[in-house]
Amino acid sequence: LQLDFWLAPRGPGYPVDVRVPFLSLQSFKAHLEANGISYSIMIEDVQALVDNEQTELLRSSHQLPLSTNTFNYATYHTLDEIYTFMDLLVAENPNLVSKVEIGRSTENRPLYVLKFSKGGTNRPAVWIDTGIHSREWVTQASGVWFAKKIVVDHENDEGLASILDQMDIFLEIVTNPDGFVFTQTQNRMWRKTRSKQSGSVCIGVDPNRNWDAGFGGPGASRNPCSETYHGPYANSEPEVKAIVDFVKNHGNIKAFISIHSYSQLLLYPYGYTRTPVPDQKELHQISEKAVTALSSLYGTNYKYGSIITTIYQASGSTIDWTYNQGIKYSFTFELRDTGRYGFLLPAKQIVPTAQETWLALKTIMLYTRDHLY
Amino acid sequence: AAMELPPSHYSVTRAAALAAGYVCHRLGGPGHGLALRAVRHARRQDIDGVGRKYYLELVLEDIMDNDRTVNCTAEVLYHLGNKNIAPDVQFTIEGELKNTDEADNIFYNRVKSLEKELVAENIPDSHGNVSPEMQPIQLLAWVASGYVIWQNSTENTKFQLAQIKHVKQVKRSDEYLEFDYKILLHEIVSQDIIPWQMTVLWHPQHGVQVTRDSRQPKHASE
Repeated sequence: LQLDFWLAPRGPGYPVDVRVPFLSLQSFKAHLEANGISYSIMIEDVQALVDNEQTELLRSSHQLPLSTNTFNYATYHTLDEIYTFMDLLVAENPNLVSKVEIGRSTENRPLYVLKFSKGGTNRPAVWIDTGIHSREWVTQASGVWFAKKIVVDHENDEGLASILDQMDIFLEIVTNPDGFVFTQTQNRMWRKTRSKQSGSVCIGVDPNRNWDAGFGGPGASRNPCSETYHGPYANSEPEVKAIVDFVKNHGNIKAFISIHSYSQLLLYPYGYTRTPVPDQKELHQISEKAVTALSSLYGTNYKYGSIITTIYQASGSTIDWTYNQGIKYSFTFELRDTGRYGFLLPAKQIVPTAQETWLALKTIMLYTRDHLY
Repeated sequence: AAMELPPSHYSVTRAAALAAGYVCHRLGGPGHGLALRAVRHARRQDIDGVGRKYYLELVLEDIMDNDRTVNCTAEVLYHLGNKNIAPDVQFTIEGELKNTDEADNIFYNRVKSLEKELVAENIPDSHGNVSPEMQPIQLLAWVASGYVIWQNSTENTKFQLAQIKHVKQVKRSDEYLEFDYKILLHEIVSQDIIPWQMTVLWHPQHGVQVTRDSRQPKHASE
């Protein structure tokens, strides 16, 4: 009968607990009844209990957050956890935060932007995005921290309060959700989107070469297998198109900051050409202030300059397009570190990185507020 | 005549990364490694018929203790024409490096006395974690990758060690420790992640040697 005794027989008068395989149930019951042995059922279906426990075990190692106060900012999270975080933040602060869906990714994941606003209609705004390159995990993690920071500080921090008195802040935390999920399930080093490319086995377009500024020129690749593949045409990637449409429809964005890692750099346009932008001097000065503010916290060393002189020529990049749209204060960050851990930055550096970067962001936002155009 | 360059210029940061990798490979081991902290000063000179030379003043930091730094003067010469010759690097170090003989010997004896060959993967893991037992293994890879980076760098590349995918100890009858590493290098200009194999020899008194290394093919599905 394959009986499995959980409380073994000791002698007459003592209870016995036994697990009975399904197929033996009939004969076992018949045997007990025939011998006048009374019984009761403690667990109807052991398998169901075991299955349940498995699910609980899996879920508790990735427990969906219950509040933004108990959320662990010092660890890396899944897409579901981050999306849940956003909803919690909105629910906890409905007068300040709202969530906007600006489009869908190639794999049909929603693209969400958090809007922080104290009112008004179509106020001048700051845009911040993180996670456009999916392997740059410290950026999405910092984006989550920024969101919470804005909520925590929006009344008691003078600088932030004054910024929000006049401007709105838009924050897209997971700008490339398809890539992000891929880094968690298949390849930690994935950078691009996950769109299929006709005529190639290779997948994905570099979302930071897909913008309509010097598109297709030197500084991007036309090989679909390359990490800097610019795509079949500008804005071919829905992740990019969504932001383009948003920016154009909004019409009043005054500062645009796109966040990457790693290298510890603050960059301004251009990447596609050596011609300096007309506002070069001003952008250079703002960068200097922002970097000074950043370093003041932990002594982290940043360099700054235009993309093309500081890292490399890059065509079709985000802030080249936004600058050419008239968004003067367009910047790109490359966060920690400088290569010791690179993309695999230890989680314990998330919060310090976010904290110091926030000081630089505030500097840029304050400057923008004082120099609205 | 040598032209001064801003330390933030990409040509300087590439040459500096290369120099730091070379220095680290020459001086490093499982208990001590150096990384580039800052570029103090940079000049560049074109030498007719020879190539392009960078004169750098660098600050290097001790990986195990970032409060410790040393100053380093380095000259990097990228050869004209034949890109298959590694750049020439000369350097001098000012300041003392920490003595890690004790830690080195502990690690050496630990590995020598293992019954089964050491095997590990994904160092650091996705979250940047490196277990304490694997720290020397990671540092050794960092030091050895300095050699690979030096050998394969041009003015248009900047390499960093991204991750150890796999490492296996190869038992030897002599006194050396040997490890077969499969690493991922990140090349910043192309943004490529390049799998690379390297065979690394080490002994506390004899430093780090890369005896074999080769670029590995990448899988299209990745």
